[in-house]
Amino acid sequence: MSTLAVHDHGVVHHEEGHEHHHKATFLNTYVFSQDHKYIAKQFLVTGIIMAFFAMVLSILFRIQLAYPDKTFPFLTTLLGHFAPNGRISADFYMSLVTIHGTIMVFFVLTAGLSGTFANLLIPLQVGARDMASPFVNMLSYWFFFAASIVMLSSFLVEKGPASGGWTIYPPLSALPKAMPGSGMGMTLWLISMVLFIASQLMGGINYISTVLNMRTKGMDLWKMPLTVWALFLTAVLGVLSFPVLVAGVVLLIFDRSFGTSFYLSDIVLNGQVQPYEGGSPILFQHLFWFLGHPEVYIIIMPAMGLSSEVLAVNSRKPIFGYHAMVYSLIGISVLSFIVWGHHMFVTGMNPFLGGVFMITTLIIAVPSAVKTFNWLATLWRGNIRFTPAMLFAIGMVSFFISGGLTGIFLGNAALDINLHDTYFVVAHFHLVMGSAAIFGMLAGVYHWFPKMYRRMMDERLGYLHFWLTFIGAYLVFFPMHFMGLDGVPRRYYAFTEFESMKRWLTVNVFITWAAIMAGIAQLAFAYNFIHSIFWGKKTVQNPWNANTLEWTAPIEHIHGNWHGEIPTVYRWAYDYSKPGHDEDFIPQNVPFSQTMSSNLPHDFEDNPAGLEEHAKWVDAQKANVAVK
Amino acid sequence: MGFKQLINSKKTQAFFAAFVLFGTNQLMAQTSAEGNATAVDKGAMWTGVAYNVLLILVGAVCVGIVGKILKVYDLTQKMQGKRGINWNTIMGVCCAIFLIAGLYGASWSLIVQGGMTLPQPGSAHGGLIDSMFTTTTILTLIVFFITQICLFGFAFFYRNSAKRKAHFLPHNNTIEKIWTIIPAIVLTILVVFGFFTWQKVMNSTEQKGDLNVDVTGHQFAWEIRYPGADGKLGPVNFKLSTPNNVLGVDFKDRRSMDDQSADTLVLPVNRVVRINIHAQDVIHSVYMPHFRVQLNAVPGLPTFFRFTPTITTEEMRKKLDDPKFEYLLYCNKICGAGHWNMQRVVRVVSQAEYQSWIARQKPYLNDQLRKELHFADAATPANSVKAVSNTLALNK
Repeated sequence: MSTLAVHDHGVVHHEEGHEHHHKATFLNTYVFSQDHKYIAKQFLVTGIIMAFFAMVLSILFRIQLAYPDKTFPFLTTLLGHFAPNGRISADFYMSLVTIHGTIMVFFVLTAGLSGTFANLLIPLQVGARDMASPFVNMLSYWFFFAASIVMLSSFLVEKGPASGGWTIYPPLSALPKAMPGSGMGMTLWLISMVLFIASQLMGGINYISTVLNMRTKGMDLWKMPLTVWALFLTAVLGVLSFPVLVAGVVLLIFDRSFGTSFYLSDIVLNGQVQPYEGGSPILFQHLFWFLGHPEVYIIIMPAMGLSSEVLAVNSRKPIFGYHAMVYSLIGISVLSFIVWGHHMFVTGMNPFLGGVFMITTLIIAVPSAVKTFNWLATLWRGNIRFTPAMLFAIGMVSFFISGGLTGIFLGNAALDINLHDTYFVVAHFHLVMGSAAIFGMLAGVYHWFPKMYRRMMDERLGYLHFWLTFIGAYLVFFPMHFMGLDGVPRRYYAFTEFESMKRWLTVNVFITWAAIMAGIAQLAFAYNFIHSIFWGKKTVQNPWNANTLEWTAPIEHIHGNWHGEIPTVYRWAYDYSKPGHDEDFIPQNVPFSQTMSSNLPHDFEDNPAGLEEHAKWVDAQKANVAVK
Repeated sequence: MGFKQLINSKKTQAFFAAFVLFGTNQLMAQTSAEGNATAVDKGAMWTGVAYNVLLILVGAVCVGIVGKILKVYDLTQKMQGKRGINWNTIMGVCCAIFLIAGLYGASWSLIVQGGMTLPQPGSAHGGLIDSMFTTTTILTLIVFFITQICLFGFAFFYRNSAKRKAHFLPHNNTIEKIWTIIPAIVLTILVVFGFFTWQKVMNSTEQKGDLNVDVTGHQFAWEIRYPGADGKLGPVNFKLSTPNNVLGVDFKDRRSMDDQSADTLVLPVNRVVRINIHAQDVIHSVYMPHFRVQLNAVPGLPTFFRFTPTITTEEMRKKLDDPKFEYLLYCNKICGAGHWNMQRVVRVVSQAEYQSWIARQKPYLNDQLRKELHFADAATPANSVKAVSNTLALNK
């Protein structure tokens, strides 16, 4: 009933004349906009810019790995003293991997992905006029923007950006003398991260309250599309886990600046005995991974939700096992809080604890497997329409399988002894949460681009973009498994000093060129994206013949999303190719009374009156047939 | 029209980019010619940035032209009343091609690159880990191939056709139960198997080794300390660390006196070795992949790893037919700029060889350290003389 009340409130609010209240100025329309659709676009564009930046960083360090003893004068031109004599310095190499990881994990795949699609889709798919708190939503973006600027500004610091790895384990990150990047660069990293977490919390609280309180009439939780479920659970994870990282980060700031010893003990640095006593570096790892592991699900769950939706729409089939999909998302969300220890099997943590974390970790593979099988079952006997979004969703499933399976190795404490921190890990997480999540995000961009920009993206460039990126990502990450199995550690500046690693140099050259190819393919996306914003083909209201509510909203963006009353929801989001209906889709706002020929008894499980009507109608039909 | 804009904009961009980049190239050539002449020669392999940027732009223009040709073809087909290019079919076929090429590529990679991975383990517990690995690999590869074949196979077989309607299949609880329970069973097997392997490897009830060795990491090297004749390592305290006593060994304790330092980690074959792991400044990780050994070295948190080397270096060289093979210990946790080159050779030898080697190792308590600690050791006359002169100096 509460949903009904809120909905009425929304209507009244709108009719009072939202547009008359405050003048639409340039500043409040295009900069400090409080409209969720516009904030979504801000998140997306910032996320894409950050993604390109992080991608360039990765290509820089790939050049170093492929050609460790060649010089490239253009690197000195580009990077100055970070790359003296045409070679990236060892310190700056560490900065590159650190900032590449940080930007990709937090700024692209957390804020860029959830920020964009939670903002765009939650109000439009649950049928709300805007977020629960549009002002806080705007703040969320601007905190994120500030965090991005601070993070990027660390490249302007003399000693370079943070360089202790994206996990910033102390004491390396806590002692400015341990490496140049632990000076000012690390300070900026920490400031940026605090701003970022504030942004995530404001966003997350908004997403949760919008989903819980502002659904339109008829939209009960079990009628929500899987995108909304995924984004909702993601927001819950974020709200519960990000504060723990703040705690960890704040204690680290204390250790760095105020001489405390939360994480430091028994340290002799460069021959100098340090005064720290009694702290534990492992404490930071516990705090970090208490966020860090839910974080990887914060990254992948929105991608799962977007892919589920795209797969169903373009297979023209209901998602297989909707309930199982939701329960597995819930299962993953809950379990994700008790598996963080699998990042710490070989830190010297009590071996018994390692055993426990191994059990929880392998349990989480079950809901993941269920999701994969359900996606496959969704494709089975579908009528698959290969839009670029669909291809990216298929790619997402493929990466999730490939990367997920290697997780079974790494989640096993015994195997992790030899695989920990090798290229096997790099291959694993780049496939399962890097490539899979970015493919989910790209599927979302291609699919909802018409909703965001009212124009279509070019399909053929999308195909080109997909195949080059998809093949490129496999060529980059598949061989890395074997490097890891040969004991090649990650974060090594060069493999030249080890006889046993030299044979991987040719593979490294191959990987680098595959990465450059995939990188160039992103230009096709960038061109397509920018060109289509301004000159793309104009879209129709429901270009993909999809069922969800956002496609019932008018093409032109209005404040409040729908003219007049918000549509009422009568059915779930996945009535595709329902037998007995003339079209292969039935939008959520079509009542059962209009689709008598395709109704099934199952549709009326919690609606006895409807079931009675349905039975009467079926009897009448039978009678008609008998008469004929 | 969009295409024309592409050409026009790309051309102007290309000229602009070429202009700017040739400019910087000139600049670069000048500065580096002044600074370092050899760098320019080496850099010649990439013929300059501008060349590559132009290459990309030419590629982009080609893509644009191909796109335009396809569009023209598509439109003429439609004008003639035929069906245009059916992208659904093309993409479906692409999926099938990718599936076949991908299966071939993955198998090639598994065989060729898989063959380049670590040789058989040189330690007793390594066999347990490797058999666990083999089991997991077989199970996951089966799932990998089946699911990928289904994914791209379905994409190919059920590609769009106007004649067909998709099969309405919202759920099937039986199937759902089957594919929840089967992974659960398989994973339970792996968990149980893995748990017991882990318990055996990290056996925490059995803590003593036949040989105790201290391995301490600092930026960017490993210090190795052997226990000496008494078989016991002396305690360390970081506050005692000095340039001559890097580890901060406490010499008030008698056990410290005969400790030895070494450059190579030499281990007797078939004896239980306990490596005590310390770090002085930041976290390092003792990684010896050939023995399937890894444990982080954490400042303030001493840890240890017990294992039994089973194959001597000589035997391994013969097995691998590589006369230069060495077991290695290297750092596997990011620790700073020198992280990538923090290695120690590990040599596994027979008991007899070990005895003769250890006898030749220097004591940790070297002459300089004795001087520093004011140890008056009668056994070494040189020291006593120095001690005397010290006293004399004080007396003045």
